[in-house]
Amino acid sequence: MTLPIADPFDGYDSGQYFCELAADRGDDGGAIARLRAAISAIGLDALRARAAAAENDLINLGITFTVYSEASAIDRILPFDCIPRVLTATEWRHLEAGVKQRVAALNAFLHDIYHERKITKDNVVPADLVFTNPNYRPEMENFPVRFGTYVHICGIDIVRDQAGQFCVLEDNARTPSGVSYVVENRHVMLRTFPDLIAGMRLRPVDDYGQRLREAMTEIAPEGVDDPQVVLLSPGIYNSAYFEHVFLAREMGVPLVEGADLAVVNDRVWMRTTGAMRPVHTIYRRIGDDFLDPTVFRADSMLGVPGLIGAWRKGNVALANAVGTGVADDKAIYAYMPRIIRYYLDQDPILPIVETHICREHSGLQYTLDRLDQLVVKPVGESGGYGITIGPRASKAELEVARAALLKEPSNWISQPVIGLSVAPTLTEQGLRPRHLDLRPFAVTGRSTWVLPGGLSRVALKEGSLVVNSSQGGGSKDTWVLAED
Amino acid sequence: MSQNLPLLARYAEGLFWMARYLERVENMARLIDVTQSFESPGREAEAWYALIRINADEEAFAKRGLTADPDTVKRFYLLERDNPSSIPNSIDAARLNARTLRPLISTEMWMQLNMFHRDVAAITADQLEGDKLSRLCGMIKLGVQEHTGITEGTFFRDQGWCFYELGRLIERADQTTRLLDIRFHSLVPLGTEEHRVEEMTLWAGVLRAAAGYHAFRRVAPPGFTPQDVVRFLLTDTSFPRSVLLCVGQMEWLLGQLRSRYGLRGTVAALERTEEVRAAILSRPMERVIAEGLHEFLDGVQRDLILLAGEIGTAFFRDWRPLADDQQPAAAAVPTEGAASQAAVQGASGQAQTQSVIKPSVARRHEP
Repeated sequence: MTLPIADPFDGYDSGQYFCELAADRGDDGGAIARLRAAISAIGLDALRARAAAAENDLINLGITFTVYSEASAIDRILPFDCIPRVLTATEWRHLEAGVKQRVAALNAFLHDIYHERKITKDNVVPADLVFTNPNYRPEMENFPVRFGTYVHICGIDIVRDQAGQFCVLEDNARTPSGVSYVVENRHVMLRTFPDLIAGMRLRPVDDYGQRLREAMTEIAPEGVDDPQVVLLSPGIYNSAYFEHVFLAREMGVPLVEGADLAVVNDRVWMRTTGAMRPVHTIYRRIGDDFLDPTVFRADSMLGVPGLIGAWRKGNVALANAVGTGVADDKAIYAYMPRIIRYYLDQDPILPIVETHICREHSGLQYTLDRLDQLVVKPVGESGGYGITIGPRASKAELEVARAALLKEPSNWISQPVIGLSVAPTLTEQGLRPRHLDLRPFAVTGRSTWVLPGGLSRVALKEGSLVVNSSQGGGSKDTWVLAED
Repeated sequence: MSQNLPLLARYAEGLFWMARYLERVENMARLIDVTQSFESPGREAEAWYALIRINADEEAFAKRGLTADPDTVKRFYLLERDNPSSIPNSIDAARLNARTLRPLISTEMWMQLNMFHRDVAAITADQLEGDKLSRLCGMIKLGVQEHTGITEGTFFRDQGWCFYELGRLIERADQTTRLLDIRFHSLVPLGTEEHRVEEMTLWAGVLRAAAGYHAFRRVAPPGFTPQDVVRFLLTDTSFPRSVLLCVGQMEWLLGQLRSRYGLRGTVAALERTEEVRAAILSRPMERVIAEGLHEFLDGVQRDLILLAGEIGTAFFRDWRPLADDQQPAAAAVPTEGAASQAAVQGASGQAQTQSVIKPSVARRHEP
């Protein structure tokens, strides 16, 4: 006797939220309905077995990040959910244009604040917000970068509200990570779920490394024929080390640590088994503070003494440029729509989430009055730390947040709670809705290219809105349907 | 094309040590396996303590307040991760090196090592008992052989491969001398015919541990003597684990580094290989044994340490230019948080800046 197979979608209800796999999007050419049918055909038990095999694959391959607690370091995989997230060609066209616009505005803004400072003189952005920002780097003033590109690699966190509208939650203009999972997730899907992908026309994600290498070659100092590109990593104890390995391999360039490099006569060299070799472009995955102990933190052992000097002499290119952190600050984020209009004379393609700036009296008052309804975020933090979600906080937690706000208002912004979109995600109960976001990656040398799709991060806990890998988030393969 | 690819000095050193650690693991498994077969009733402790001596672990063993009963010695080498000469410790070190080498080695090499590491970390005390021990040793040997095979079939053959091979061969040569030494340490008094047969059985065990018994049978005279075994393991030019064969291959690799990859600095290392060869061939084996095989093997081990030192000085050591006293006093490392910069803390909580995992002191014997 054969038992009927259990449909994984049994009991799935996305409720009030926008579902990323709802079959009624209209512009997908029926692809989503076909995908849903294929998932149903696999059945819940087989889906579970294959999902387990996929995760095992990731463990064996060592596609992991490292979580540090006080006493231990544990290698974890980014939990992989096997149900893909689908973006239609129309949706992607819109997102891609929005991301490109934003990157252009970020670069224009950085160029301006490190040169003419028109935007602060015109009072579009408050001067003190820029020039007293800890991520503002006076070393960058009047220093030219090729093509005016400061943010060569940009990750923009985008969410979708209850109406299905995309909006930007955060810019990552320093050293955004996660792109390796985009590519590896696709590989895992191809190995474990070939039957789901069969017949789908998807935009490929494989050429990220090649595009990145091209951009790194473009930004090398002028006059260098065949520039040597390297990826500078803090080393194997960094939680994103796998990604550094991945990118170095995909680009076909050496992965170096600070001590592999030396600066002699304002030129950067790498130590090989033979003679020292010149280095022309450094894709660095080390924060500004740690880059050069002679300029920034003197106690940094990760950087290269003299690197900034060599850079200022124009002998080596750095990606991203130093001092980009001032542009992705949560305080500046609130001004991004105005920044886009100011430099590009265009309306923002992607809106931001309504944001209240607590350094401004009205913003603070608004926030304090509705603390239990708002999400309060510290500026200058990342990784989802220090956030208070009003509607879910206890009275005591709200009081802690209130005290912090009053103590240093300029350290905080607040936003309404967004009903993030959901996607079917494999759980103990079968497929259930879980909230997710999207981080597309843009690479900019002479011009900007956006990797189709991006990293879809999913909050695996029921009802949770926190998608960060350090706090129990997972990821999904992100499909961008090809244009007809 | 590949001749011109530069190789980071750190990678060269990492490859050298990854290969050494894995070769050490295989040989340690061989030693444990053969020790078990040397156990004779009433003298088990003696047989197992020989393992401690040939690995120069007397002091480390005593410091832990351990007694030389068979179980303790087995645990010392198969379970104790914090014992620098244990198998789990060597696998840890090999995997950490492999991790720094991931941009360079094949995905298949990394994946196998990652899985092998997990299997070794899961060894339980139960697997050390009775006939299970031999099976465990077999699993470990096979794990390294799998690694070797995958490396042979997938690892890019540029200068990095030369450094990998140099590490493997130097460790193999060293381990062969240790395997020979185990007989010295559990030598039974000669004399009667019964003892002679027992002695020959034990030497055959040494040969089996080195996977050389059948090859030896083909080349050795019918009524072989211990000298024949020693000669075979030290000087045979076709047996993969003989010291001279390893030395000859190392000479070839050093020559490749010079001629094919244009690296200077091989001269001192080549002089050392010449010395090892001369020491082994200078005297007839009968005399070597008569004058003291143990002392002789110690000498070979010291020469190999010097050879490793020359390779390191020429190609590895200059990668960190600051002298120790010029290093900044307190190491700053980023912590998880802003800009996704993660901690550079090791599990010990200590700041980690060492990228190549290698022994803090070279293992050696004080004769």
